[in-house]
Order: sequence, then C-alpha cells, then structure tokens
Amino acid sequence: MNNVLDKKKRADKNSLPFFFKESFIVSIIIVSISFFLLFATLSFDTVPPILNRGIQPATFPKGLLILIIFLTIIVYILSLKNEWKVEKKLPKVFYLTLLNFILFIFVAKILDFFLAISILSLLVSYFWGEKRIIYLLLISIVFPAIVFIFFETILGLRFPPGIITNIYYN
Amino acid sequence: MENISLMIAPLFSAKLMLVLFFGTLFGLILGVLPGLGPTTGGALILPFTMTLDPLSAIILLTSIYCAGTYGGAITAILINTPGTPAAAATCLDGYPLAQKGEAGRALGMATVSSAAGGIFSVVVLVFFAPLLAQLAYEFGQPEYFALAIFGLTMLASIGDGSPVKNLIAGAFGILISTIGKDFMTSIDRFTFGVNELSEGIGFIPVVVGLFAISELLTQSTLLDQIYKRIALKAVKLPSLEDYKLTWKTILRSSGIGSFIGVLPAEGGTVASLIGYSEAKRWSKNPKEFGKGSIEGIAGAEAANNAATGGAMVPTLALGIPGSATTAVILTGLIIHGVRPGPDLFREQPEFLYGIFGAMLMANILFFIFGFFGAKIFARITLIPNKLLWPMIFALSVCGTYSLNQSIIDIWIMLFFGVVGFFMRRYGFSVVPVIIGLILGELVEGTLRQSLVIFDGNWLLFFTRPIALTFFILAFIALSFPLLRRKK
Repeated sequence: MNNVLDKKKRADKNSLPFFFKESFIVSIIIVSISFFLLFATLSFDTVPPILNRGIQPATFPKGLLILIIFLTIIVYILSLKNEWKVEKKLPKVFYLTLLNFILFIFVAKILDFFLAISILSLLVSYFWGEKRIIYLLLISIVFPAIVFIFFETILGLRFPPGIITNIYYN
Repeated sequence: MENISLMIAPLFSAKLMLVLFFGTLFGLILGVLPGLGPTTGGALILPFTMTLDPLSAIILLTSIYCAGTYGGAITAILINTPGTPAAAATCLDGYPLAQKGEAGRALGMATVSSAAGGIFSVVVLVFFAPLLAQLAYEFGQPEYFALAIFGLTMLASIGDGSPVKNLIAGAFGILISTIGKDFMTSIDRFTFGVNELSEGIGFIPVVVGLFAISELLTQSTLLDQIYKRIALKAVKLPSLEDYKLTWKTILRSSGIGSFIGVLPAEGGTVASLIGYSEAKRWSKNPKEFGKGSIEGIAGAEAANNAATGGAMVPTLALGIPGSATTAVILTGLIIHGVRPGPDLFREQPEFLYGIFGAMLMANILFFIFGFFGAKIFARITLIPNKLLWPMIFALSVCGTYSLNQSIIDIWIMLFFGVVGFFMRRYGFSVVPVIIGLILGELVEGTLRQSLVIFDGNWLLFFTRPIALTFFILAFIALSFPLLRRKK
C-alpha cells in the first residue's frame, strides 16, 4: 500500500512543471547568489600594475564564481535525467528549532548570552519531546552553567556583557 | 633506532599518557553517538586544546580520530546506524550477524580488525611520511598549486554523492577562504562593510556550523526514528577459525585503507567502502555478504581505521588534509603555531614521532577499551537526542566563541549550520567545503606567486614535471567518477 502511495507521489512530482522541482529551485538559488557575488567583485579595489602580483584581487574569486555557475548548470542538466531524491517534507519541529536560532540571536544580542543558551536549550529540548521539569532544568540551567564556568575559569574566557553575565562578573 | 625512542617517549610522560587516555575515551564516546564522530568532536574540542602544549593538543586530537573511527562500528553493529560515516559499510554485515545472536563475535572482529588496520597504517605513516616530506623539498609554488588542485579534484570521488555537487561544495569552500583582506594586497573582499569580516572567516565557526549545528537540524527531522538495539552480552575475541578466514582480508583492507587515506581529501568512508567490496570480490563465500559475513566486517573495519594513519601522511608531510578529520587536526597544528611540511620533519622530529607513537598507543588503547567496555559504550546510545543535542549546542556556542571571543563567530556558525543542513538535504556533502576552506589560501597564494614567477604565462605550469604529474593525476581524479558511472 505504502509503495503504491510512494509511486503515486513520485509520479505526481515528475508531472510538476520544471520550475517547481527541487533541482531547478536549488540551481537557481546557487546561480543567483553567484551572480550577486560576481557583481560584488566589481566593487573590489584594484591595485596598480607595479603592486599587482600576478592577478588582481578580484580575479580569483571571479574565476571561482564562474566555475560554480558552470558546475551548477551541469548539475541541473544531469538532474533532467535523474531527478534528485529529496527526503520527506520537513516536520514542524524543524521550523521550531530554526525559529529558536533566531530567538537565540535576539536574546544574545539584546539581553544576555548565557540566557540565550539557556532559553534555546530549554525550548529545543521541550519541542523535541522532553516534558520532565527536572531534565529541562538540567539541560537549560545546570549544563550551560557548567560549560560557562568551565570556559571562564579554565580558558580564561570573558563572555559578552548581559543581565546575567554582569551579575556573575560583579 | 633514534626514531623508535622518540616514538615511545609519550609512554614515559604521565601527562601525555593521560591526554592519550582521555582522547581515546572521548573519541570512542563520540564515535558511538550517531551524528557526532571524530570530525565534529575534534572541532568541538579544539578550543580546549589551547590550554595544552602543541604535542599534547595534537595527541588529543589524533587519539580522538583513531578511537572515534572505531567507535562508529559499535553503533553500526548494535543499532544498524553508523556512528560515523566511515562505519556505514560495517552495518551491512555487522547488524545481520548481531541479529543472529552473534553481536559479541561481530564486535570482537570489528575491534581486532580496526586495531590491526590502525597499527598497520601507523607503520605506513612512519615510513612513508618522511619520504613524502623529502620529496616535498623539490616543490616550489607551482608544484604546491598543482598538488592543491589535485587534492581538490579528489573531492569529486568522495562518498557516494554526485561528483559535480562535491566539486561545487569544494569551490564554495575556497570562496569562503577569499572573504576578508586579500593577503597580498590588503584589499577587502566580500566584507560588505562589516569590519569583523576583514580578518576573514575562521575555520572553527564554519566546521562547527557545518557539522554540529547542521546535524542538530537534521536530528530535528528524525525524532520519530526508533532505534532497535540488539543486546550485547560480552565482546568475544575472534576464534581461530575466524582468524583463518579473515587474516588475508584484514591485511588487504589495511593496505587499501592506508593507500586511500594517503590520497588527499579521501578518508575512512571511501576506504571502508572499497575495503568491503574488495573483501567481497576475493571471498570464497561472496553470497554471505550482506547476511552477516565476518569477512565483510573485517574488510570494512580494517580499511576505515587504516585510513587514519594514511590520512596523516599528506597532512603532516605536505599540509594537505587527507580527510575531514585531518583538516581539523591541521587547524589544530596551525593554531598551535606548528607549520606542517618538510621543515617539520627536519626541525621537530621529536614532535612528529611523538604523534606517531601516540597514534600507535591510541590503537592499542581503543582495542582494550573496546574489548572490555563496548557494552558500556553501547549504553551511551541510550542518551535521548532531546537531551544530547541541546548540550552539544551549548558546547558549540561556547567553543566557537572562545577562540576569538567574537560574537560574530557565533552568527557565522549558525549561518553555516543552516547552509550545511540544506546542502545535505539536497545531496551536497559538507566535507568538500571544509577541505576547500583549508586549501583555499594555499591554492590562491601559490597560484598568484607562480604567476609572478612565470611572468603571467600560465602555460609554464606544464613545463614543470612534478606540477604536470599532479595535473595529470587531477585529470584522472576528475575522469574516474565518470568512468565508474559508465561501467
């Protein structure tokens, strides 16, 4: 039964217009970024011939970007024969984990670095299915605190200031 | 004789033995945990090595490499999930044999063949690395450029992914290395006005992002996966019958693994796949393969551990990483102020032979740990992902921050984590990015210096015999996947 459903899904996928296929979308993204970066190389400063050792600073990255574009086109052409096998649809928990990263950036930047690690650990563990309070506390407070103190004392690391870090340092 | 005494020197240092002990133990734990492994673990441990002297730091990393490569077999045999990519071929026969109630026998064979392969490869390393280093004295900038190109083209044949996708990933890695001030003219490239990018992008944020963070995201998609673990009573040493059946396979795979390891960029994964298929080809019972063949386990495990010593040959002699983990070790050498290459062999033989000796010891130690402790290590797989990965995240963030004490490094790590996840999802390996990043400066630097020597005439590259040989090898490396596909 599952096999029949899989075959049906694959058949549906093959019948999609080319611009909906993963190989096309990924290739277009790579080529677009490469063109954007190629455009960025135009703004690199150039050196006068007397200081120019071999090639200009922009030449090497330009060559690389052209190579990436060329190889991406080959990859796309090859995909016309064999469409990429991409795993199932991404689950909701993946997007929640990704959202946690964004939250981490904001909390670390605005409030506190340690707090950001704690919140991310707590939320990731919770969204991944951990509901026991004791384990959530262990993961979000005890373990990050051990790591934090270890890095601070053994490696002499100074973490960026924040509401909790300042209390610790003072 | 003098070299042998240098090799056994770590045995007489309590500190080095302690480092070796913990490195082996930690490597085994990393190898057992699916998704981690010696590369990610090495990258995570790298900041901690700053508290150690260079020899202790590299011994720690190399022992993690040796033990981590073996550790993957425990998970492969007991839960049919390779702890490391290099143990993928071990699953093919290890798990079916364990299902037949012979998990102890399967693990015993994996332990013996891994240790044998590892020890064989250290012997290769001891003899071959100095020879290669001597040859490297003849190398000028054009030769190093051609060698780096050869190393990069070898990326085409790593793993079972698309060769063209691997090359794109490699080129992407080199592109990352161009971010920051151009080292010859100090002109900013791809910094987009961000001052922190002027110094370039560090290796650690990229490697932790591409391996640890992208794996965290991958694990978030696998939460519904249930591992069926096979109970293990005790590890059994192989019987005389098993030895008779496998000694040739172990020897052959050790040779294959060491050779594959020496090739730039190729590592244990390719070695184990070739070791396994050759074991099948030469076996008297090829039909047993895939159903629990003891030769299959021996072939894969001897080869992937033999690749560890092999991969250290170009890393130490030429500064070209032989695998993803040796790229981490190479970074460890560089941040500790040790420049790999022929001069290292002449100026610091005690350092080099200390590493060789430590690798030999690590292989013996993981044999002992594996034999007596596999049952305990297998229990580590019971740590649920919902607890394990948040802990790895905390370690990743603090470790990445610690090297430069820069918050930008953490953003870079997260960025590459997301990039790495999507790369893997769409069939692009992340290993070539790491190799490309580490070779990027060498490729560009030697190219530009060669062009100065040649007065801008590119064709003169082909007038240098060693450079020409490397270009021919690069061409063969590029053609090989095409030929394999046609077959």
